[in-house]
Amino acid sequence: MADAKETVSSLNLDRQAGNFSYAEDYAYDAGVGLTPEVVKYISGVKGEDQWILDFRLKALDAFTRMENPTHWATKRLDELDFSKIRYYLAKGARKTRSWDEVPDDVKETFERLGVPEQERAFLAGVEAQFDSESAYSNMKAHLEKMGVIFVDSTEGLMKYPEIFRKYFGKVIPIGDNKYSALNSAVFSGGSFIYVPKGVKVPQPLQAYFRINAESFGQFERTLIIADEGAELMYMEGCTAPRFETSTLHSAVVELVALKGAKIQYVTVQNWSDNVFNLVTKRAVAHEGAEVRWIDCNIGSGLTMKYPAVILKGKGAKGEVVSIALANKSQHQDTGAKMLHMADGTSSNIISKSISIADGRASYRGQVYMPPSVSDCKNNTVCDALLINTNSRTDTYPAVTCSGENNSVQHEASVSKLSEEQIFYMRARGLSEKEAVSLAVNGFVNDLVKQFPMEYSVELKRLIEMQMEGSVG
Amino acid sequence: MTDGLLIENLQVEIGDRKIVDGLNLRVPKGEVHAIMGPNGTGKSSLSKALMGNPEYRITGGSALLDGRSIVGLSTDEIARMGLFLAFQYPVEIPGVSIANFIRACLNARLPEGEEIVAPKFYKELYAMMDALKIDRSFTSRSVNEGFSGGEKKRCDILQMLMLKPSFAILDEVDSGLDIDALKVVSDGVNMVRADMGILLITHYNRLLEHIKPDVVHVMMDGRIVKSGPASLALELEEKGYDHILQ
Repeated sequence: MADAKETVSSLNLDRQAGNFSYAEDYAYDAGVGLTPEVVKYISGVKGEDQWILDFRLKALDAFTRMENPTHWATKRLDELDFSKIRYYLAKGARKTRSWDEVPDDVKETFERLGVPEQERAFLAGVEAQFDSESAYSNMKAHLEKMGVIFVDSTEGLMKYPEIFRKYFGKVIPIGDNKYSALNSAVFSGGSFIYVPKGVKVPQPLQAYFRINAESFGQFERTLIIADEGAELMYMEGCTAPRFETSTLHSAVVELVALKGAKIQYVTVQNWSDNVFNLVTKRAVAHEGAEVRWIDCNIGSGLTMKYPAVILKGKGAKGEVVSIALANKSQHQDTGAKMLHMADGTSSNIISKSISIADGRASYRGQVYMPPSVSDCKNNTVCDALLINTNSRTDTYPAVTCSGENNSVQHEASVSKLSEEQIFYMRARGLSEKEAVSLAVNGFVNDLVKQFPMEYSVELKRLIEMQMEGSVG
Repeated sequence: MTDGLLIENLQVEIGDRKIVDGLNLRVPKGEVHAIMGPNGTGKSSLSKALMGNPEYRITGGSALLDGRSIVGLSTDEIARMGLFLAFQYPVEIPGVSIANFIRACLNARLPEGEEIVAPKFYKELYAMMDALKIDRSFTSRSVNEGFSGGEKKRCDILQMLMLKPSFAILDEVDSGLDIDALKVVSDGVNMVRADMGILLITHYNRLLEHIKPDVVHVMMDGRIVKSGPASLALELEEKGYDHILQ
């Protein structure tokens, strides 16, 4: 891939700033296509224990046997050609801890993405991923003193098996779906976090993910465990450079909130249009625990993502706050799952989607309350905004509400930006683009406020940038 | 070059229906003119056409704002040139606060890369809100969302005071206002009338008692059929349009 170094201002996670890549110079490359040999190669390069390789091979077997879920999901999944994807690439350099040790081209990439600046500003720890391997990792000393573990997946499984093995692949089993199986076979990178009992991490932990090589799928694996009474917020932001052939991003994220723990997981995604973004995210909330997914999906050709919370312990709370923006020829198929498996559990789902041009936003939600539970509550609000007459939105709620004294509330609305609204705003001097952008930002405003400050500013700008060329 | 609004032989169509047909009007800067007339004579259509609404096509004649033609320009260009329209039915913009909306509109008038200074902006915004007796909590409320009729009109006038247009068309700014609100809105308009041109579209003399017009025009069948001093409005109200035209 040739360098495409245009003069781009180094704004943090700017969509344009993501639109470049560097000459590929990888020490480890598993080649194209997926076979047991490829899986063994990946495991070998990482120097993994036998149990991890066994796990990967079992997953590969499950992946091979499972059908693409096109019977309920979009047929577009069939466009993926698994035999043409590169499943593993890594820089030869080992992970480094100080900024000075990071290779120059990697550093340049991160600088363009604004990582060091972000870190200086507020980060407690950085686990930034350059393609498969974490190239740069840094943890503030006070976090380590508190006993917080914040490492990449390989290091987590190798160095702390007694902590991570117990939960790894348990929240989302290998065979949960075809893409969780794929991830389980070839995963690389991602964060493993453990927060000890009673420890409240004061600042958000953050990771940046980035795809750099053409036809290269990124399969990061994240596992976060908040021990009893622990609290943390994790932030994830993604950009990808633009390539002409399809790129697959298929992550698995497992969260475990033990008794009384609180986890907030924040995602702002801005993939280029050709990326398939097929992600499985699920949390288990034990007694009195709270899990909150805050998820914003912008870009990608197809995103399928339904963050879930299994409310396993009494009084557990789950929440999903979701913003999806489907621009021209994009399909955002997003939603949430709340499984109420204990008494007195409550959940909240707020979803807002915007469809521009022929973009399509689908909401898929599952709320499940079996006969065995009582006193559970769910509230779902699902709003869609259509910008153009050819924009599309769908809502697919699946609700099971049985048992004693359980209640489910589902509100949905669809609105269309009207000519009158546009005329009113333009009569005040705003261009059509500015008017639409303001209206869209207004539509999601109450949700954007729930994102951390740094992200809400960025979100506003990302939404404005989405209006470029799509309106007028 | 004449400051103000100069309209000659204006023709406006909606679909294939002629709404404005040979309208002539001259409102110099510093003057307030009122247009009265029965329903359906094209008063609101005139205001929308001047504001560049694509549904109201100007098919003939000319319209100059401060000596520059506004025919064929886009709505936002016309607005940035200095024309303001207070809507008969102001539109709700959910999620966009009044403060942010006005700020965005002001920024749209600045050269690329420049932004208005926030403290100065808020100082002025609060002063104007005080003048219009709008509670300061409204700064963070969404534009017109859930507002009463009177609050919507005040919100439009607030925008006018902040955007400082050279000319404003106020389309039935008195509709839905109680006596107190009418006075407040009128005071706001009177505050700036010397610095701009104003065209009032109204059915009632009541408004013109608060905002004294320099000239009153009667519009029927898409054109101005009679013009006269402020007293014409009273006469219209007492005797009706048919009587006046006989």
